[in-house]
Amino acid sequence: MDPKVNRKLRILADAAKYDASCASSGASKRSSGKEGIGSTTPIGICHSYTPDGRCVSLLKILLTNACLYDCAYCINRRSSNVERARFSVREVVDLTLAFYKRNYIEGLFLSSGIIRSPDYTMEQMLLVAKTLRQEHLYRGYIHLKTIPEASPWLIEQAGLWADRLSINLELPTESGLARYAPEKKAPTIRSAMGQMKERIAEAKEERRSFSPAGQSTQLIVGADEANDHDVLRTSAGLYRSYDLRRVYYSAFSPIPDASSALPARAPPLQRENRLYQADWLLRHYGFEVDEIAAGGEAGMLDLEIDPKLAWALKNRHRFPVDVNLAEREALLRVPGLGKRAVDRIVLARRHMRLRLADLRRLSGALRRALPFLVAADHHPGRSLDRLDLRSRLVPPPTQLALF
Amino acid sequence: MRRIALADGADLDGFRLAARTLVAEGALPEDVVWESGPQAELFGGEAPAEVPPLQLPRALGTLAREVVPHRDPERYALLYAAIWRILRGERGLLEIASDPVVHRLGLMARAVRRDIHKMHAYLRFRRVGGEEALPEEQPGAEEPRRRERYAAWFEPDHFILEAATPFFVDRFGGFDWLIATPVGTAGWNGRDLAFGPPGRREDAPSSDAFETGWTDYYAAIFNPARTNPTLMRSHMAKKYWHNLPEAAAIPDLVRRAQPRALAMIETEPTMPKKRMPAAALAVMHDQAPRSLAELNGLIAKAGPLVPGATQAVFGEGPNHPGIAFVGEQPGDEEDLQGRPFVGPAGRLLDRAFAEAGIDRTRAYLTNAVKHFKFEQRGKRRLHQKPTTGEVAHYRWWLERELDLVAPTLVVALGATAVLALAGKAVPVTKARGPATFLHERPGFVTVHPSYLLRLPDEAAKREAYDRFVADLREAKALGEAMKQAA
Repeated sequence: MDPKVNRKLRILADAAKYDASCASSGASKRSSGKEGIGSTTPIGICHSYTPDGRCVSLLKILLTNACLYDCAYCINRRSSNVERARFSVREVVDLTLAFYKRNYIEGLFLSSGIIRSPDYTMEQMLLVAKTLRQEHLYRGYIHLKTIPEASPWLIEQAGLWADRLSINLELPTESGLARYAPEKKAPTIRSAMGQMKERIAEAKEERRSFSPAGQSTQLIVGADEANDHDVLRTSAGLYRSYDLRRVYYSAFSPIPDASSALPARAPPLQRENRLYQADWLLRHYGFEVDEIAAGGEAGMLDLEIDPKLAWALKNRHRFPVDVNLAEREALLRVPGLGKRAVDRIVLARRHMRLRLADLRRLSGALRRALPFLVAADHHPGRSLDRLDLRSRLVPPPTQLALF
Repeated sequence: MRRIALADGADLDGFRLAARTLVAEGALPEDVVWESGPQAELFGGEAPAEVPPLQLPRALGTLAREVVPHRDPERYALLYAAIWRILRGERGLLEIASDPVVHRLGLMARAVRRDIHKMHAYLRFRRVGGEEALPEEQPGAEEPRRRERYAAWFEPDHFILEAATPFFVDRFGGFDWLIATPVGTAGWNGRDLAFGPPGRREDAPSSDAFETGWTDYYAAIFNPARTNPTLMRSHMAKKYWHNLPEAAAIPDLVRRAQPRALAMIETEPTMPKKRMPAAALAVMHDQAPRSLAELNGLIAKAGPLVPGATQAVFGEGPNHPGIAFVGEQPGDEEDLQGRPFVGPAGRLLDRAFAEAGIDRTRAYLTNAVKHFKFEQRGKRRLHQKPTTGEVAHYRWWLERELDLVAPTLVVALGATAVLALAGKAVPVTKARGPATFLHERPGFVTVHPSYLLRLPDEAAKREAYDRFVADLREAKALGEAMKQAA
């Protein structure tokens, strides 16, 4: 490989790594045919994992890390002293194909600093996607980070070439955005998200392909004062208003050459983890934002225990739940019972009365669930009322990070 | 005691036949011994008698397909036990995930699915012959074969080669490849997928020119401030590492992570570069096309939304006209000539203009959609109506176009133009006459001239035409009145 390209790759991958999104899922099924290259699968594939435990699915790079914007949380802000580089369209295309053919990646996740103008930058990114699709018959995954300040017709075109579009909201509150990202405007971002939502819905109706894997966004947690309740309210609003597939949470990470405007300490990574769990409860378990937030204290989620357990401990009057009788919705609220386990319980109990030994084969986290449920040969009795229930259920501290 | 010997590996056909035979014989699961190995020959070489297929739930077929590639020697016995119980009255057995047999089969199926998934994820191709490899010339071949060649070595846990390779055909149909494993090889040449005897590590090249770049990428995308090797290993077990080029970088990355992260936190913020590129920032925000020519350049560059059109057909006429007419989309003749309203509908429009006293050269004519969309029927290209989404796609350009042309009044010809200008579908019959479009744009709604051409009845056609001319007269008067008022 050309050493010059290699140097750019190091810089422009390093610059892209603070974007949490990596999913290659949700694309409509395509295959390479006998001449082309690439396919997509509904669930996506992680081709490697880095020592931070994160999945490597896409070639996640910036076209350039030069940027006219000055967002305090971003390593590429114009006032940062970071080393700069810029790929040519050709270089990104060749690199994507070379990596793809060796089965290193599921596809390309292209983002960019803003150079010259949002439109110019967006056009360059579109050119990469268009060249891959048209010249090289590339049918793998493409995720384009859309620039909300770009003209609406460019966003229209982006959806034709990409499997997923995303715009990062970055900060959950408008005041945070105004303070830390002076060139960004919340209404601009929201109107671009609105435009993408409309087009995705229309295209689906007309059976055309427009960003078939939907749109997503990222929120940085811990850079501004927004608490978990604020963050989750923002997420719920985004899911409701823009049909987002995913909201990614990225615990603000110390970056080399940090801005002095930012907090010196990173938030605990566990906060990010709890937000993902809460987000899951929001989307798949029928929880409301306020319920989840009430499980914690002062708008922050409990870092020691997962948000479902936290909610259950504060709502003990709703338990125990009988696995042989309870509605699916009630079972979904039992700590330790996941969606899959609940589905299997509902199916299996049609044929028999479930006992503890059966439940053990259905759920991997039964210990946590026991005080909250009733089975044919089990009743929690008074253990649900024990004052020390929480401390009995808090998992022993595990090593979450290396240090 | 009944002994069943199946072929080595995932012998689904053999198992299916054996299960049918055993059920027909009424053999109890506990009386059957299952064996598999390279020497094994089905039923000790005896040809099995004709046996009827079994009536089993579809879910069992899926489960068997998933379980059979598992290495556990007990897999066939467990499957047969499940089949036996299903046929003896437990039709819903597979729904009871808590049943010990179903549970074990479920775990096996999961292990196989996982193994297949990991093969799709962690197999690494290497280019055969290196980057400069000349496309292979095959003497005597009908057409010269100019396909790249790649090869990979992979060690799966279970007998999944057959189950896992269709994925690679789907994905890498465009080049030739060979996948070698200790239990067999699979090769693709662009036409056929062929399986062969066990392969060797040497069947794949020992290196690839892109592995350094890939490893560098892997190292760069890692965030040392979040190091968590336990989590990494839970997804990517160590047993895979020796076949992953990037894994060579792991020990060093982990060792240096802590000092790197500490250094980031302890480093005092550097003096920010004083970058306030006022001029660049001003230019950045001023990116909207400033002239019609610039806008049309953008549209031309973007290409048609639905492939097929010869060229984009732009609006035509002077700036600041009294009236701008917006039609639907260019037709066959417009597409070839690159000018709006030059086909049959355009000629009818010209006639109506003349009768209404409108000078075409002093009006602006354009379309809501700028590219011709058609369906090829023999030699003819049949016009196809643009969809709502397509109209919306072009609307941004139309809005910008009208801002630049700045007509006094905008006349929408037909439903598509109304949809583009009003932002929602309104029947022309209801909206006919003066209207206000999006952004408070003063407008007027009438039919599209092609509608007149399509009317079958001569009398109705004449009446509709007269009404159209009357509309044009009204719009002209409205435009003139507005111009005077301004």
